[in-house]
Amino acid sequence: MAAAVFFGCTGIAFGPAIALVLLTVAKEPLRVIVLVAGAFFWLVSLLLASLVWFVSVRLSDRGDAALQRALLGFGAAVSVLLQELFRFAYFKLLKKADEGLATISEDGRSPISLRQMAYVSGLSFGIISGVFSVINILADSIGPGTVGIHGDSPYYFITSAFLTMALVLLHTFWGVIFFDACEKRRYGCLGLVVASHLLTSGLTFLNPRYAASLGPIFIITLCTGLWAFVTAGGSFRSLLKCLSCKQEDDSRVMTYSALRVPCED
Amino acid sequence: MITFMNNSDSEEEPCNERTSLMSAESPPVPSYQDGLQASQAGEAQAHRKRRTGSSRSPNNIADGETSDSGVPVREGILENEEEELTLKYGAKHVIMLFVPVTLCMIVVVATIKSVRFYTEKNGQLIYTPFTEDTPSVGQRLLNSVLNTIIMISVIVVMTVFLVLLYKYRCYKFIHGWLILSSLMLLFLFTYIYLGEVLKTYNVAMDYPTLILVIWNFGAVGMICIHWKGPLQLQQAYLIMISALMALVFIKYLPEWSAWVILGAISIYDLMAVLCPKGPLRMLVETAQERNEPIFPALIYSSAMIWTVGMAKPDTAARRSSQQAWDAAEDGRENHRSPSHADSQMSERRSPVPTRPITSFEELEEEERGVKLGLGDFIFYSVLVGKAAATASGDWNTTLACFVAILIGLCLTLLLLAVFKKALPALPISITFGLIFYFSTDNLVRPFMDTLASHQLYI
Repeated sequence: MAAAVFFGCTGIAFGPAIALVLLTVAKEPLRVIVLVAGAFFWLVSLLLASLVWFVSVRLSDRGDAALQRALLGFGAAVSVLLQELFRFAYFKLLKKADEGLATISEDGRSPISLRQMAYVSGLSFGIISGVFSVINILADSIGPGTVGIHGDSPYYFITSAFLTMALVLLHTFWGVIFFDACEKRRYGCLGLVVASHLLTSGLTFLNPRYAASLGPIFIITLCTGLWAFVTAGGSFRSLLKCLSCKQEDDSRVMTYSALRVPCED
Repeated sequence: MITFMNNSDSEEEPCNERTSLMSAESPPVPSYQDGLQASQAGEAQAHRKRRTGSSRSPNNIADGETSDSGVPVREGILENEEEELTLKYGAKHVIMLFVPVTLCMIVVVATIKSVRFYTEKNGQLIYTPFTEDTPSVGQRLLNSVLNTIIMISVIVVMTVFLVLLYKYRCYKFIHGWLILSSLMLLFLFTYIYLGEVLKTYNVAMDYPTLILVIWNFGAVGMICIHWKGPLQLQQAYLIMISALMALVFIKYLPEWSAWVILGAISIYDLMAVLCPKGPLRMLVETAQERNEPIFPALIYSSAMIWTVGMAKPDTAARRSSQQAWDAAEDGRENHRSPSHADSQMSERRSPVPTRPITSFEELEEEERGVKLGLGDFIFYSVLVGKAAATASGDWNTTLACFVAILIGLCLTLLLLAVFKKALPALPISITFGLIFYFSTDNLVRPFMDTLASHQLYI
């Protein structure tokens, strides 16, 4: 049962992420590098946020449980803001790299577009954030043990897995929207992304009342997904086209029957 | 056994040895921030005119390519293409090193987490004689610093000895030494490793089977590493012996000594490779002067050979002096076969054949792999393995160190593409790794644990 829980929860939490990586990132070296560098940026932001929290806890009264919880909330909020700040920093770096790649390349276009980099960077933030949140829980789920024996919720593992999956997807969507907003200087969208990240993190404070936290988070994930899809240039028609897998005739191309060999005489 | 870690010389010889990221003729790659700075007029003309969109259209460039007249222009275009290909190959080379480094680390971390033998304290090496079981912190720190001094001195002495032997052409001695070390690694350490793994999983194996398995593993390993063998098998063996060596270090180095040694060896690596009189730099330069590759038993090479050929005789002659890929090219009539395997050793045995001067105009690139010293593999794996062993059962620390090392490697390869000479691979990665280890273990772990206990997500 323990191994089943481990594999099940790992599949739930990282299934979409692994599928996305294997299908879209693994074959392209540049995207893999963007993925790893994004993870590095997220880690640095987490480091700084932990430092802030650690210092605040050290300076505070350890015995006061309510204060500690408030400090934890404060630490989480600082972490969210720092993550978004580092996402912005990563955007700046990728923009510069994009320009550099375009300069060096032969036809003036860089081998990877900024939109692709937005997607991969969002995915990288999502994966590393999800991994850091849930890997110790997954490692514990292999071993012997009983969940919630002291009165906590017995659904801890599976809800953690679902929350992680939502977080991975959310980060991917936020990456796309964020980079697009930075590119087009739509600061309203930027603020919305940060606000939705804060909201998501705040909703997890309602755990273990999972109906109140998981439901809204998944609704937010869905809406952000649609928003990211539209931002990336998708539309209902393009979705239909992709799903029908039909090769459309390009109206600019002449069909062969219209071409005739000029008469020899 | 010490030789592997002595040669922590990581990156390539200068580009005229064709083992660097760029090919020999291309000018220095302009950095991303600067504009195009042409070091050769032809290249500047062609590229700049294309860039500024003046009268030269792409058609003219194509004409220039196919006609025989504008040789400087064609050279320029070829070099431009080489520049662009350099960048694309740069990313590919990074991945070609990410994969083996990741594999080595996975093997080490998997072993550390499952086989208890490598985390038990069972004595120390004679190179670290001072014990760390002391009551006071200051004494422990002093002992670890003394251990580090002894270990680094041993490494320096061995490296200098190796360089002297190489300089005075005592090849037989070096070969004998390397063969003895790899014999010990491939047979003795593998036997111990296999024994411990079998003990952990409570699997019984009789002696005849054991002898058969170890004998085959070791014999094929010796052949692959020191003679000829499929490239991927050679790479796999090099990864395995690096992992075994790293496991030995993780087991026998005391805790604080290990961290101080990691820091000290990255400083030593920096000095040995970059200082003019550094032993590793002298080794690399001597190898270049003699146009010989450095011993394959000490270097991991991610060779990927593409095709051959430019139509220019002098280019061909210059390239034929590169012994590394000649043997492979002789045996191949099919072009564009990526990931073609060739053992490093073959060029030392076979004489250098003259390369056929191809006369076709189509541009076929030649691709050299990137080389990384085995010492780098070993110390990366020691860092990540120690993080896995001692970070109180925490996977976050291990992963943070892993990402840090990969990013350090990426930055080192970027510097390599800019400077195009042998660079130390340890300093940046180990620095990032150490910073991330200590900060994740002391700062991030309590934060993430507290968040997880309340099921909070950031």
